[in-house]
Amino acid sequence: MSETQTTYNYKVVRQFTVMTVIWGIVGMLVGVIIAAQLVWPELNFGPWLHFGRLRPLHTNAVIFAFGGCALFATSYWCVQRTCHTRLWGGPLIPLTFWGWQIIIVLAAVTLPLGLTTGKEYAELEWPIDILVTVVWVSYAIVFFGTIAKRTVSHIYVANWFFGAMIIAVALLHLGNSCEIPVSFVKSYSCYAGAQDAMVQWWYGHNAVGFFLTAGFLGMMYYFVPKQAGRPVYSYRLSVVHFWALIFTYMWAGPHHLHYTALPDWTQSVGMIFSLILLAPSWGGMINGIMTLSGAWNKLRDDPILKFLITSLSFYGMSTFEGPMMSVKTVNALSHYTDWTVGHVHSGALGWVAMVSIGSVYYLLPRLFGKQEMYSTKLITVHFWVATIGVVLYIASMWVAGVMQGLMWRAVNADGTLAYSFVEAVKGSYPFWAIRVLGGVLFLGGMLIMAYNMFKTIAGGNTQDVPVVAAAAHHA
Amino acid sequence: MSDFVSEFWNLYVVVIVLVSILACAALLFIQSKATFTQGKTMGHVWDETLEEYNNALPKWWSWMFYITVIFALVYLVLYPGLGKFQGILGWSSAGQHQAEVAKADAQVKPLFDKYMKMDVKAVAADKQAMEMGKRLYMTYCMQCHGADARGSKGFPNLTDNDWLYGGEPEKIEETIAGGRMGVMPPHAQLGADTIKDVANFVRSLSGLAHDSVRAAKGKETFTSAGCIGCHGPEGTGLQAVGAPNLTDKTWLYGSSENTIIETVTKGRQNQMPAWKEFLGDGKVHVLAAYVYSLGQGAK
Repeated sequence: MSETQTTYNYKVVRQFTVMTVIWGIVGMLVGVIIAAQLVWPELNFGPWLHFGRLRPLHTNAVIFAFGGCALFATSYWCVQRTCHTRLWGGPLIPLTFWGWQIIIVLAAVTLPLGLTTGKEYAELEWPIDILVTVVWVSYAIVFFGTIAKRTVSHIYVANWFFGAMIIAVALLHLGNSCEIPVSFVKSYSCYAGAQDAMVQWWYGHNAVGFFLTAGFLGMMYYFVPKQAGRPVYSYRLSVVHFWALIFTYMWAGPHHLHYTALPDWTQSVGMIFSLILLAPSWGGMINGIMTLSGAWNKLRDDPILKFLITSLSFYGMSTFEGPMMSVKTVNALSHYTDWTVGHVHSGALGWVAMVSIGSVYYLLPRLFGKQEMYSTKLITVHFWVATIGVVLYIASMWVAGVMQGLMWRAVNADGTLAYSFVEAVKGSYPFWAIRVLGGVLFLGGMLIMAYNMFKTIAGGNTQDVPVVAAAAHHA
Repeated sequence: MSDFVSEFWNLYVVVIVLVSILACAALLFIQSKATFTQGKTMGHVWDETLEEYNNALPKWWSWMFYITVIFALVYLVLYPGLGKFQGILGWSSAGQHQAEVAKADAQVKPLFDKYMKMDVKAVAADKQAMEMGKRLYMTYCMQCHGADARGSKGFPNLTDNDWLYGGEPEKIEETIAGGRMGVMPPHAQLGADTIKDVANFVRSLSGLAHDSVRAAKGKETFTSAGCIGCHGPEGTGLQAVGAPNLTDKTWLYGSSENTIIETVTKGRQNQMPAWKEFLGDGKVHVLAAYVYSLGQGAK
């Protein structure tokens, strides 16, 4: 075994970890800008910086740049450490990092230019789609190659989730991005009409289900027991909720298309599988939170654990809200309103961002040869600022969403609408302002994190550490 | 139309949906039967400290899982979901919509029946009818004509009592019920210079600043190119075809020389949608009265 084979590959983890924080700031800043544009429409400057073009930039930046880098960093860390072997894949490893960064930059250029397929969360045009495929296949080879050369017999649960995410996202990306180019910068979907909508939301919901849920559950399964210093609550629960989750998510897409041209039977099937999804989703929350049972006191003075456990609470809340909103009668009120936006952000900020932030705080000192973060106090400040930000965001969108839904459906005795659309817009302003405040707080937290990160990195030692020998089986 | 072009796809959906739901329950049931040793780990250790307890599945969680499975099966009996099977309640989203519309129509019918018996001018004088008319306007018309009904570029102002197709109550009702297609044909074949002459003549008709030499030449083209066919020899328009009066101060697209040149060169296509089928006679009648009343304010 060569010298490098006896150490873990921390370089790629370092790169992705630092970029997680950087892209998080960029993506959330764009989010704050578009939230402000809704309150002050004067802030729409020209076509390039218009809400309609910045909004997909925001979603792509937070999901694929921030979330993506977080997934790469944590899965690369987790897979080599729990397989007790150095990351496998040679040049494919830096290719995943640099390729992913190029994709992000291309997205940041093309989306403001108005180059888009028009498919939500899959806006990038076909040449970038091909690049995504190349990077993602490389990622799969690196990940599963490392699993294959593991020196322990059992595959740790976190890797099941990362692995499922990698396979499913490949499938989703190839399925939904099937498109016919008409020029270098324009393509049209292979599908038409209601079928196109169905494929799009099969993709869209599973982007949530696999990229933003399964992947981050993998993160949770490594960092929660690590930080808590306790065994995972129940192996059997992880088995049941893993298989049920990845199987059931695939069916849930049609709930995005209730009361549309999609056939009724498809809508029903989407709805009932969304309801069945409740228990498998909560399985992850229970397994994470119960891992802390017997060590609740750690929550009091460990801000990293605060982030991780709060993220699980938001995960549980979002995955209860999701099935509820998939019920046709609830959806009739909630659909197209800000309630949906609130729901997405309780998942994106409360769950995805917070579990990533907790994990990054865990990783940083270890990656840069430090005992701990530069300032634990600043992590605590970050935690409270972020939590207040999420709560303001979600609560304001709930109120705005329900208000919009009720205003849109209110009718007078003569059958006319009680409120014009503009009246509902006007009524939403105060809540949109609160949302801006929530977003600013969350972004502020990320800036505190960046400061803490650079202070931790400064003078750090970037030596790779030796691979730990697998423990003997002692059952 | 059925989604299922062959019986195979119907069966495929039925089987795959039922098998998938039951598979979830089976997974839960079989895994619940494993041997558990509460508070003991599975014996594997990863990365120095990672272990897993062999704890049982939480009971309340298992029950919640089973209940959602049972709900799903019951739902599929009651509602469409299993392929072609419509569910024993016979529900469909289209049916729900039709029922709600029929119910709403039945509720408001007496209200509008009352006004259908009155002519438009009488309805326009009725305070309650005008409140209803305003609400109808705010729901269906303001998107194009504006909340203040003053229109915008390409969308006529309804408050100036200047009418493309006629301002008599019957004409307004006809416009709302059947819609209108306004077509000004393109005249690029005349050439840019000639079109500039015509634009100057058109501006001269309403006393706007113009080049009188060009206007004189334009006047000849106005006749020879056939403009008079719709706009009339005096340029006063023809309401029967919706051709605008060019001698007044009302401009649908704008009166600048460049705008007129654009209008003459490229032509204009304008459409007012037909509302009869969507709104029904009663609402169209009240709306016509409301729009009529808007024009009366101008005098």
